[in-house]
Amino acid sequence: MIALTHGRIALGLHALREGDGRALLLLHGLGERTPADVPATVEGWPGPIYGLDFTGHGASSMPAGGGYYAELLMGDVDAALAHLGPATVYGRGLGAYVALLVAGARADIVHGTILGDGPGLAGGGPTPGSPFVVLPAPARVVPPDPFALVELAQDVRPPDYATAFVRQATQSSELPEPIAVAARGRPEWLTAVAGEPGVLVTTLPEALALYGQS
Amino acid sequence: MISYPGARRPDRTRTVDAHGLAIATYEWGAEAAPPLLLAHGGFDFAGTFDVFAPLLAAAGWRVVAWDHRGCGDSEHAAMYSWSADVRDALAVLDTVADTPIPFIGHSKGGGLMLQLAESCPHRVSKLVLIDGLPSPHIHPDIADHERTRLLAREISGWLDHRRRVAGNQRKPDTLDGLAARRRRMNPRLPMDWLRYLVTIGGREDPDGWRWKIDPAMRPGGFGPWRPSWSLDRLPGLGAPMLGIMGTEQEPMGWGATPTMIEPYLPAGARLVPFADTGHFIHIEQPERTADLTLEFLA
Repeated sequence: MIALTHGRIALGLHALREGDGRALLLLHGLGERTPADVPATVEGWPGPIYGLDFTGHGASSMPAGGGYYAELLMGDVDAALAHLGPATVYGRGLGAYVALLVAGARADIVHGTILGDGPGLAGGGPTPGSPFVVLPAPARVVPPDPFALVELAQDVRPPDYATAFVRQATQSSELPEPIAVAARGRPEWLTAVAGEPGVLVTTLPEALALYGQS
Repeated sequence: MISYPGARRPDRTRTVDAHGLAIATYEWGAEAAPPLLLAHGGFDFAGTFDVFAPLLAAAGWRVVAWDHRGCGDSEHAAMYSWSADVRDALAVLDTVADTPIPFIGHSKGGGLMLQLAESCPHRVSKLVLIDGLPSPHIHPDIADHERTRLLAREISGWLDHRRRVAGNQRKPDTLDGLAARRRRMNPRLPMDWLRYLVTIGGREDPDGWRWKIDPAMRPGGFGPWRPSWSLDRLPGLGAPMLGIMGTEQEPMGWGATPTMIEPYLPAGARLVPFADTGHFIHIEQPERTADLTLEFLA
């Protein structure tokens, strides 16, 4: 495992397969962690494969007192990209939403982003529900952090906020279609993303083949 | 120690464990007096109430304030978020009372208290928001394409900041230098007050004075939240509410005006504009703010 830092957070980046060429970076879903081995679904990727454990998940640290939000996890991914250099990013569920954010924010180093189904895809919907104070489940000493599970299941994802990241990606990426939607689920943010110019609606194998070509 | 007319440090200081984070908590007034909760604004600290809080305490209240996570003497956290600040506030409240008590908040503290009141209506008796009402618009005069460019710059700037932030320290300065820097954000406040604040919210290191606030915290920011969402909920507030607003716009103000807010006020709420007053109403006009608050709480 490669130990990275993001502010006061210690992050675990896992090299699942060494190799030459551009890396594929896997982002897990809410409550998950990087798998121990290369998932069969991405076996066909031609280069090295890495997986990042988000804050509060897997081998990454579990800070006291919560305070999770998707943009913070975008910072986690940025720390991984600072280590890896240009990479293709494939995110599941929560990881798909975070992958979209980083595709827009770091369009110069993200070479293709694949959005897949997984836990935490919907988040808290397009607008906030009735406010409540998020209190922790009974204390646990091992990840995933109960605060992460609750806070990241309700972070608000307005469609026009999501498409702002698509526009940033399409304006700055060298690829004509820098984002591929390989998820079947369609929360409102993803419906809006799938309808944007520069977004390819496809399957995971096809998206991997496309971004793995160059 | 620098003094300031009317300023008094808290009578009691303690630490609240907010789910593993140490939150510095302060009280003015008799321990047996009826309590109220007092929340400071963004990038501020409870010491900014050193004039206002004693006025409330002198009228018979137990005033409980705290430094938000990362601010003042509270622990620096790995993560900062709005909902985490609301939860920390609840952790403080849980150490004070389980019956409804008044909440008072300035600026961001007003927003936090409003959300705590909406989330836990059974814990609040009355709500006082001191220049802490949300504005319905974010930069309404900016075109969409320009907003996208601004967002892009904002996000890459934030990510660059996050890459640098580990081990960052705030820039040291003289006490007067720190006060002068603060004045750029608080142009209407007297230098003597700002110098006093440095001695509370800052610390003296061998190489100079520094603000205690976590250097990982950064003004501005971006995210999906729309201030109008908070405002849309305002008419549903059940607790009696007093809003006090300054009429002079300032760098740290929220840009809300009485005309914008009035259509959203809950039944019976009162909105009082203070003419020729900036964002830090309770510092510019402590007696008048305290008198109005006390009359409302009576």
